[in-house]
Amino acid sequence: MAHIPDGLLSAPVLVSGGVLAAAGVALGLRRLDDRMIPRTAILAAAFFAGSLVAVPVGPSSVHLLLAGLMGVMLGTAAFLAVLVALLLQALLFGFGGLTTLGVNTVNIALPGVLCGLLLGPLIRATARPSVRLAAGALAGGLAVLGTGGLVALSLWLSSSDYTPAARVVIATYLPLALVEAFITAAIVSFLARVQPEALRPVAP
Amino acid sequence: MTVAVPQVPVCDLRLRLVAAFIAIACLSQLRTLPVALAALAVAGLVAAWRRPDGRLWRRLLHVEGFLLLLFATLPFTMAGQPLFSLGPLTASVEGVERALLIAAKVSASVLALTALLGAVEPVRLGAALRALHVPEVLVRLFVLTARYLSLIRDEARRLQEAMRMRGFRPGTNRHSWRSYGHLLGMLLVRALERAQRVEEAMRCRGYEGRFPYLAPPSPTARDWAGLCAALAFGLAVTMADRL
Repeated sequence: MAHIPDGLLSAPVLVSGGVLAAAGVALGLRRLDDRMIPRTAILAAAFFAGSLVAVPVGPSSVHLLLAGLMGVMLGTAAFLAVLVALLLQALLFGFGGLTTLGVNTVNIALPGVLCGLLLGPLIRATARPSVRLAAGALAGGLAVLGTGGLVALSLWLSSSDYTPAARVVIATYLPLALVEAFITAAIVSFLARVQPEALRPVAP
Repeated sequence: MTVAVPQVPVCDLRLRLVAAFIAIACLSQLRTLPVALAALAVAGLVAAWRRPDGRLWRRLLHVEGFLLLLFATLPFTMAGQPLFSLGPLTASVEGVERALLIAAKVSASVLALTALLGAVEPVRLGAALRALHVPEVLVRLFVLTARYLSLIRDEARRLQEAMRMRGFRPGTNRHSWRSYGHLLGMLLVRALERAQRVEEAMRCRGYEGRFPYLAPPSPTARDWAGLCAALAFGLAVTMADRL
């Protein structure tokens, strides 16, 4: 739902999305240690595989974005992981788009990285499981809401005719945010018990 | 014993990537319906000429959620000449035209992308991206992610099967969500263990931060002709659209 296809957005939105994505990717590249490349790639593949799992919600099912957790576990390298995953998805499976690569990368990765920066330290430092659960839920839910807001913003900035649809888009992200909050909280508390060092970001 | 290798003419992926990008960028900015429909027809012909399997046509049927939303809302929310009414809602000619324009542009882009770049192995794509001066680290990430994706997807499938065997029935409740959390957490833990092993194995074999890439052969006349065709197509549709 977060992959905007080719043929929808206006040129200024596409170009500014591309420029923002390039800045994020450059930041990620500068912070990423060369030795961490295999780890980042394999984690990116795991997040990609995880987002392909269909989670039932009511009569339908949703696919998770996992951007909040990516922000916590990958740090700024989440920009790289999201870009690579979107490129793979566009070129190998034909989903998403080529010209919208930049916009989509920003829409998904930026809220995740911000959540990771804000809530990651709390998740790592706290000794109380309840605080960790709450912080994990916030990271998961807020990242999804941020993505929904950015997708709606990209549509709205492209054409005022898209405004009614953009409003509905935000509403459709609410159930996903709820599910993602619960699941991210569960993943974070699982990792804290099983392998706490997994919660340290690959690239700060 | 010799194995017969089919002699497939290998095209130059660098030029093909550039061609696909230009063609799709031009397609995505079209404003008039007749031109968009003509472009869709051309893209459809090119795709059919490359003799695709059924996947391509099925792919066209997949529509993202907000495209459905746009198709549902645009005819009724755009002001203009009334076309038909559905209870209190009136659809306008302009709105229906706009919805058709978007559908034509999105479908043409999908056809162009799949026809030009479908069925390309990620390793070759990585080499092409490297030759187009995409940063080395990004290319390495791309190739490695593509390499491990199918492996980790299989692992996810096995974990899900194991959950079902233990009697897990997914529903809309906290227990199901926690179980999915554990599934994904386990997937990440195993991915990290795999990353540890891969890192050690790579270092044992003398990995020092880069992969060797063969310098790609220079593009043939046929490759240049393909790029020129894509450029001409992009220019033609843009001119027809704006004049």
